[in-house]
Amino acid sequence: MDHIDWNRLKTGEVNLGTSIMAVQFEGGVVVGADSRTTTGSYIANRVTDKLTHVHDRIYCCRSGSAADTQAVADIVHQHLQMYSQTAGKPPSVHTAAAVFQKICYENKDALSAGIIVGGWDEIHGPSVYNIPLGGGLFRQPWAIGGSGSTYVYGYCDATYEEGWGRDETVEFVKNTLALAMSRDGSSGGVIRMVVITEDSVERLFVPGNELPKFWEGHEVLAAAQPRKKGVPDVVPMAVEV
Amino acid sequence: MTSIGTGYDLSASTYSPDGRIFQVEYANKAVENSGTAIGLKVKDGIVLAVEKLVHSKLLVPEANRRIQTVDRHIGLATAGLLADGRHLSNRARDEASNYRETYNSPPPLKNIADRLGLYVQAYTLYSSVRPFGISTILGTVDQDGPGLFVVEPSGVFFGYNGAAVGKGRQLAKTELEKLKLPELSMREAVMEAARIIYLVHDDAKEKEFELEMSWIGPESNNQHVHIPKDLFQEAEAAAKAALENFE
Repeated sequence: MDHIDWNRLKTGEVNLGTSIMAVQFEGGVVVGADSRTTTGSYIANRVTDKLTHVHDRIYCCRSGSAADTQAVADIVHQHLQMYSQTAGKPPSVHTAAAVFQKICYENKDALSAGIIVGGWDEIHGPSVYNIPLGGGLFRQPWAIGGSGSTYVYGYCDATYEEGWGRDETVEFVKNTLALAMSRDGSSGGVIRMVVITEDSVERLFVPGNELPKFWEGHEVLAAAQPRKKGVPDVVPMAVEV
Repeated sequence: MTSIGTGYDLSASTYSPDGRIFQVEYANKAVENSGTAIGLKVKDGIVLAVEKLVHSKLLVPEANRRIQTVDRHIGLATAGLLADGRHLSNRARDEASNYRETYNSPPPLKNIADRLGLYVQAYTLYSSVRPFGISTILGTVDQDGPGLFVVEPSGVFFGYNGAAVGKGRQLAKTELEKLKLPELSMREAVMEAARIIYLVHDDAKEKEFELEMSWIGPESNNQHVHIPKDLFQEAEAAAKAALENFE
């Protein structure tokens, strides 16, 4: 294999051409996703839940083929149930991410799956792992994924700060996803989020008509408006002779 | 073949009428004939020590070790048939590397003991194989802190604070019970382990033996290694001295 085939979905295969993200904060993790599932230009599901439970305090965000990522998440879910039963304690987020990674790496030629794993565990507290297309495993304070993520890397780099609390982190996730969904044609619908802490797993929902709004542009080619008084006319720059 | 007692000891896959599996009990006898092996779980680490009986003066010193490394943080000491110990330690290494492959992290000892227990137990089920003639002491410092387990020929395993298997296990156990194991430092534990091995060695029956010791703890960067030479010699000298005072 000399290069990654980015268009390996079968014609008609259901795609999560998605915006997903996970951010860790002091005491927990916020995972979030849009809700659009497409087959080509058709929206197969506009209220999809891409945030998938794999253990009590561990969730994953799925992007790529819906069928592939559902199958992988199901296998990991089963594996972690076995693990917690034999180890007598819940798995760490790292353990869950390592199982995801193994499956994604060993089947990289057959899968189209970009997965972000987020959760809380006794040993490390909150943590986020990114498993992009080739099946690598990277721990990150925040991770974004899916086709929509490419439009908001700059926003995330400019905005994210360490030491946020829960509410600031939820706002960050909500705003980032809204921006990604507004620019990416394969993302949209509603925002779903899950806040995972030691004590609870809380689901949050932002309907499509309540998404945060940013600058949305206006018509520039309309008839020229008379200039306001006091605003100097534009004059040619003086040239020294 | 009479109704009770005889004829039920040829196969591990047949119970005796009173519910025993003689082959497993004979395997325990093989362990009892072997040099003693002990394990100490102390404040922040593990010390393993073995009384290795030397059958021939022609043997190379420090050859045929009975303490082996399973993973960087796991040590294994056996009492019983040497070859069985080798086989089981290889299996333990496979299990450890398998765990690392799936979970990308060092295996907890409980997991390894569990898998070895299953493996050893499978050898008590079939007429075509014989049970393992070894008791295995496993030691670690893992994410849960120090851990010590013993796997017996039947396949059962237990967690211990102090463990002793082999010929001198009874005396070794009473010596271990006298110690305040959770309060000992690693170095103190090495001294005690050497002393106990020298104490339980019966030179009326076996003349030559070699002491073998390893540890896992902060002083070895939580890795399983044989005891450094200077400390080993110090412990061995102290053990010999203590034995003379004892007698």
